[in-house]
Amino acid sequence: MISSVSAPVSAAAGHQLLGQPAVHPTLLAVSNPGGLIQSVDWVAIAPPLIAALTAIAVLLADLFLPERHKKLLGRLTAAGLALALLALLPLTGGHPRSTFCLQNVAGATDNAGCSYVADHFALVFQLLALGGALIAALLSLHTVDEEKLPSGEYWFLLLSSATGAALLPASRDLATLVVALEVVSLPSFALVGLRRDGRGGEAALKFFLSSVTATAVMLLGVSFVYAATGSLHLSAIAEGLGQAPGQLKPLAEAGAALTLVGFAFKVAAVPFHFWVPDTYTGAPLPVAGYLSVVGKAAGFAGLALVTSIAFRPYGHTWGLLLAVLAAVTMTAGNVAALRQRSDTAHGAVRLLAWSSVAQAGYLLVPLAAAGYAGSDHPLGATVAYALIYGLVNLGAFGVAALVGRTAPANRLDDYQGLFARRRWAALALAFFLLCLAGLPPGVVGLFGKVVVFRAAVDAGLGWLAVVMAVNVVIALFYYLQWTAKLFVTPSTEPIATAGEARVPLSLTATLSLTAVGAVVLSVAPQLVLQVVSGSLF
Amino acid sequence: MNAVLIALLVLPLLGAALTLAPATVFGPDHAAQEKRALRLGALVTGLVLVLTVALAAGFDRAHSSRMQAVTDTAWIPAIGVRFHLGVDGISLPLVVLTALLTFLCAVYSTRRLPDGPGVPSARAFVGLLLLLEVGMLATFLVLDLLLFFLAFEIVLIPMYFLIARWGSGAKVASANRFILYTLLGSAVMLLGFLLVGLNAGTFDMTALAAAHGHGLSHTTQVLAALAIGLGLAVKAPAWPLHSWLPDAHTSAPTVGSVLLAGVLLKMGTYGLVRVLLPVVPDGTATLAPYLGALAAVGVVYGSLACLALARQGSKGDLKRLIAYSSVGHMGFVLLGIASLTPVGVNGALFANIAHGLITGLLFFLVGALKDRYGTADLDTLSGATGAALYGRAPRIGALLAFAAVASLGLPGLAGFWGEVLAMFGAFDPAAGLSRPAFVTYMVLAGLGTLLTAAYLLIVVRRVCMGDPKQTAVVADIADLRPYEAVSWTPLAALTLVAGLWPALLLGLSDPAVKHLLGGG
Repeated sequence: MISSVSAPVSAAAGHQLLGQPAVHPTLLAVSNPGGLIQSVDWVAIAPPLIAALTAIAVLLADLFLPERHKKLLGRLTAAGLALALLALLPLTGGHPRSTFCLQNVAGATDNAGCSYVADHFALVFQLLALGGALIAALLSLHTVDEEKLPSGEYWFLLLSSATGAALLPASRDLATLVVALEVVSLPSFALVGLRRDGRGGEAALKFFLSSVTATAVMLLGVSFVYAATGSLHLSAIAEGLGQAPGQLKPLAEAGAALTLVGFAFKVAAVPFHFWVPDTYTGAPLPVAGYLSVVGKAAGFAGLALVTSIAFRPYGHTWGLLLAVLAAVTMTAGNVAALRQRSDTAHGAVRLLAWSSVAQAGYLLVPLAAAGYAGSDHPLGATVAYALIYGLVNLGAFGVAALVGRTAPANRLDDYQGLFARRRWAALALAFFLLCLAGLPPGVVGLFGKVVVFRAAVDAGLGWLAVVMAVNVVIALFYYLQWTAKLFVTPSTEPIATAGEARVPLSLTATLSLTAVGAVVLSVAPQLVLQVVSGSLF
Repeated sequence: MNAVLIALLVLPLLGAALTLAPATVFGPDHAAQEKRALRLGALVTGLVLVLTVALAAGFDRAHSSRMQAVTDTAWIPAIGVRFHLGVDGISLPLVVLTALLTFLCAVYSTRRLPDGPGVPSARAFVGLLLLLEVGMLATFLVLDLLLFFLAFEIVLIPMYFLIARWGSGAKVASANRFILYTLLGSAVMLLGFLLVGLNAGTFDMTALAAAHGHGLSHTTQVLAALAIGLGLAVKAPAWPLHSWLPDAHTSAPTVGSVLLAGVLLKMGTYGLVRVLLPVVPDGTATLAPYLGALAAVGVVYGSLACLALARQGSKGDLKRLIAYSSVGHMGFVLLGIASLTPVGVNGALFANIAHGLITGLLFFLVGALKDRYGTADLDTLSGATGAALYGRAPRIGALLAFAAVASLGLPGLAGFWGEVLAMFGAFDPAAGLSRPAFVTYMVLAGLGTLLTAAYLLIVVRRVCMGDPKQTAVVADIADLRPYEAVSWTPLAALTLVAGLWPALLLGLSDPAVKHLLGGG
């Protein structure tokens, strides 16, 4: 394959150039030589590319920076991620850009042969991945110092994982998808284990083993699908599945099922969710937040792409599968969160971990609806909900990090009377929790739930909507218990300890950023819900 | 755009936001802060009341079936939610009632707010009260199904904290039960709304009411009516979904009880009239006999429960008793709605307002008794012969007797008209409904009025009468205090006005009801 690297050309122009049919196919060695030449649309791939380049820059700078200047690495990371976010802006208008295209792949759309497409779906998930990584990075600025984590490695791993998460939603063939997913996962194992104490090691090992199993299963599935359809491009797989000869059908179906199982591992759907609480509590707090949002978003982006594009012909089958998975996942997550006792160590993070399992269940609902409805329209609900969830969940982890500074055990009881000690942090946490519960004043959370319900009802999944309604009530109970704890009036005057007096600027900034974001979205939910109405692909 | 309705929602919201300001904004020391915060609450709710009175004065009574003071702008175009507000003859009385009760509660609280260890500051109380007012007013003002759902949910958190923090007894358990029950109901209601909205292509209540179920299949209508009706029946509450109510009332502080009975229950019945009747008429007609049956059972059940509580030696709590009596009274409202006739629905709406006034007054009075005696236990209060309020605190005793008599439906007071009209509606239900069934319900409801009279008279005998010389739990009972007089008199006066001049309300609601039922 020849790769000619040209100056940045707009996708449309590049397409026209490459799209010319070969005039005299018989005179050439291959039927369509133009199809083998690729031009890279640098603007389209800028967001993941900038993150990757920053990762390398951090790794190199770590070698040369003296110890006292290591703090700069964190700032460099944040700046790089912010720049990557800015690089999304030029992509928003007009026709979706695509690059790494092959012309000899048949498909329904003109992007069928492209491995990288920056359409709305990709852009929104890139926003979530890079934005989530940025917030996690801001949360980490003081953690890296205080917990004596190796800063060069930490920032490099975080950026690498974010690169994968940004690449994944734009990838449109199974090979790129799997590679991107591994780029998300592999650095995460190391990030979880970076604390190098017993718990960190155990957490990383659990995470590693379950994740690697998932990857192995998924690769097996991908190879089956490839064997049955003869292609790795998602649109071409959809075509191929429809036309697959009878004796290959079982192979194709088994491949599709195995691939889905792999993704179910990644999004921590039941019964592949056991690693979540241990991993979250063992990891440094910002990393747990990062995994619960960005790691999960990557899994969901992949799942959405694979189901709604590649396995579209099997819509009813995986629709039912995902619906059952969603119902079981949300119920298991909520029931486990409900059983969380308030005096166990790391109870706050464990509760957030279980609640994130339950939230994954809600996120699966529109995906199942997409299978039932046979269109990708319901996916918008997953995207919108993921954005809302990402923002408020990172905010909640931020407050947990704040409380964890003075109460390292981070029990739920440590939040008792937080309002009297730290007024704004308590108010912010209450708001985040109510957003997660979906109850006013957390208006944006409420509308996030509404669009998910809407997708289910619209697709005729009434029973799933009822299961979800019951789950929302169960979840409210534990979110509300935690919220109520914050406002308990302490019987004694709060004792201001020395450590409590000073909060790192970066932590304050992150909390303000997420809280203001959640409030703004509550006043104007249209900002995030517009992804529901537009076309994603 | 109309500024009045927006101001009605924005004012209390701003007030609630203001209570989040640092304590020092309110004053130099704790006592001053508490005082000013409570005054702020009274001021804001007072302004809201003035606005609603102005709204009522400017209301075009000749066209009360038309939505007036309408605001209609896009809010979330992506899912078709419009910021659509308006009042008609059905919602206007409820809006005024809400503003009045909230104001009276705020005034009452400036002098009488439960305090002690573990009770949060008055600023938090005022913030929650104002937030509660936003949700209550919004429920009656909005004309978009999803906004209605949002407004329905806004009241949950403030009421939860009012019960769980300022309440007494098993307050946290009661508050949990309240919020979990209602949330489950409203989540199911949301599913019904989505079913309607997605099939009809709009969430706008006026457009849906104008279509009058056109374009919705019978199955969809029945399913939607079932889901929506279930959610609203929890709130109303209809027997057998009422079991959260007695606990919530028993534990809630006085102000919480007044608003819970006076306004929150009305959100359920208002929703039935505003959404169920016009939007899914066929589905409602299918379910109406069942609703009527539940209503009739509720009337009898509520009064029997009250009779049991009022008996000597049964350790009946007065607040619990009034809560059960609410189940009975709301049974009349539901029966009127289930008859699907203009007479019945008008009666239901009238009974709604009347119950808000009378039960509000009753809860204020019982709250005051609980403050004075330290308990609302009827056996403790009455001792061997009776609490003898006529002799020991004549004004409170008289007011209590007045409220009890109004509650049992004495002609000439507010309680009478609504229940009579509701039974009248059941006597001659809408075409297509089984007449024998509804006549049976009416007879049951009639039996209920007798039982209601019985238990209320027992209560009056045990609390107001008796021997003033017997040794009582508390030696000296203060009579009506000025702030109590200020916050209770309007309720008593309006009970009298509504009883003597029912056309004031019926003239407003009748055209609007006929419009909603598709007759005009």
